[in-house]
Amino acid sequence: MTQHPFIRSLALAISLFGLTAQAAAAKPEPDVAKVLQQSFKEKGQAGLDRLQQDETQAACSTGKPVQPEAAAKIIATNQASVRDPADGQYLGDWKAGEKVAQSGTGRQFSDDPAKPSGGNCYACHQMAEKEIAYGTIGPSLKHYGKLRGTSEPILKYTWAKLYNAQAFMPCSLMPRFGHKDILTEQQLKDVMALLFDASSPVNQ
Amino acid sequence: MKRVLSYLLLSVFAASASAQEIDPTAESRELMGDDNPAFFWETRGEALWKEARGPKKANLSQCDLGLGKGVVAGAYAKLPRFFADTAKVQDLESRVLTCAETLQGITPAEMLKVRFGNGDDQRSEMEAITAYLVSTSKGAAMQVSMKHPKEKAAYALGEQIFHYRSGTHDFSCATCHAESGKRIRLQALPNLTAKADAQKAYVTWPAYRISQGELRTMEWRLNDCFRQQRFPDLQYGSEAAVALTMFLAKNADGGVLEAPTMKR
Ligand code: HEC
Ligand code: HEC
Repeated sequence: MTQHPFIRSLALAISLFGLTAQAAAAKPEPDVAKVLQQSFKEKGQAGLDRLQQDETQAACSTGKPVQPEAAAKIIATNQASVRDPADGQYLGDWKAGEKVAQSGTGRQFSDDPAKPSGGNCYACHQMAEKEIAYGTIGPSLKHYGKLRGTSEPILKYTWAKLYNAQAFMPCSLMPRFGHKDILTEQQLKDVMALLFDASSPVNQ
Repeated sequence: MKRVLSYLLLSVFAASASAQEIDPTAESRELMGDDNPAFFWETRGEALWKEARGPKKANLSQCDLGLGKGVVAGAYAKLPRFFADTAKVQDLESRVLTCAETLQGITPAEMLKVRFGNGDDQRSEMEAITAYLVSTSKGAAMQVSMKHPKEKAAYALGEQIFHYRSGTHDFSCATCHAESGKRIRLQALPNLTAKADAQKAYVTWPAYRISQGELRTMEWRLNDCFRQQRFPDLQYGSEAAVALTMFLAKNADGGVLEAPTMKR
């Protein structure tokens, strides 16, 4: 005797539910997100919402290299977040861009939320040759525009990279400056000019 | 007198230290010989430890830091650890808070009125007590227990927190401290998952920070790294603070304690 289709799907639903319930129970105890919520207090502009992970952050918190399937998902989600500049202009003022690249303030509980954030590019990248106080978490960007030119595809790629580094590199250590509203569209254009302008110190 | 003189020299030096990023610690060590201003905090901490205070007018000398009541020397090298009386894993600071409450009747809120000191304007009792207690373990090798299930659980939780990416910048501790030989600007970043770096980072705190003219503890270091991470305010002695300390302390096993030291 065959089962009624409704009963069958119900049975399936129940066994699926059982599976997910099991998966949840197997999760490492105690729940790290809950512990963090109880261990921090909001201060200045940094509320407890800062401790809630988005999908990408959660997938990149395992302490292990990200697996191919998860990586593809991260790239897809983050690609979808990229917004090109409203007026189609990628390049602003490199002098303003240099200030953004030098500044490490912004979004800390000790920072004034009314002031613009910096990009702190020099914390992780070599850029202008004369700035010797640069970090090494990211690759050198010295001569970035000089080496790559200023064709439409390279401008478009670099804009998207600054907007959301994980649109190309899953679990990149680089902040997602546009996606997370760290830098404004104008600041991103100015940093773009720092990378590409022929007279920018990055290309000397 | 020699101490006071070098203290003065040091504060003059501190004013220029912030402008210069390349290891001024070594220079100032030369300048000061063995005199570390952390001594002032140690002395103050010892006095606080031995003074009868609080509603119960008791001192802290009967506090059990893990080696039995009243044993101070060497205790820090074996912390954090599980304590049966509180049924919790505790680090040095959270244990001191427990002792102050049970022995002296001083609440954690009172003990933490000044969490982190600010020169002579605001002195922190916890920083002084921590400096004193850690100094009595100088020369001892870190040896953190993983026998109790709660000790294992605390380590595992600390490891998860170390890798927990969140906030506006997607940072975790691992962003800056999980690869060897990296630096931010000119500051070398210890790889806290590798033995040698983890040991060096752990055994050198608390430290007198020349650029701040203050003694700073590991609680401060964690709070300040979380600030740079764009996280909110880590609470002193919280479960996350203890678990993360457990992770760092265990990774430093075998390291010989040097603190209080002097740092940039
Ligand atoms: C916390 C460190 C960090 C900060 C801050 C940071 N980056 Fe990066 N960046 C990286 C890392 C790591 C990579 C390499 C991995 C990747 O491609 O995402 C990278 C890659 C890049 C690339 C791609 C290079 C290539 O050859 O394709 C560009 C362009 C770049 N960063 C620009 C910037 C700019 C401009 C800023 C400041 C607005 C900045 N980064 C801030 C860490 C950082
Ligand atoms: C954005 C980068 C960044 C992040 C994220 C970060 N730190 Fe740090 N950390 C630093 C810098 C910079 C220093 C100072 C290095 C120096 O003074 O030379 C430091 C120093 C330390 C030290 C002291 C090392 C020593 O030898 O004195 C410890 C311990 C430490 N961090 C732990 C952590 C932990 C735990 C976390 C996660 C809560 C964390 N850090 C997150 C940048 C970071």
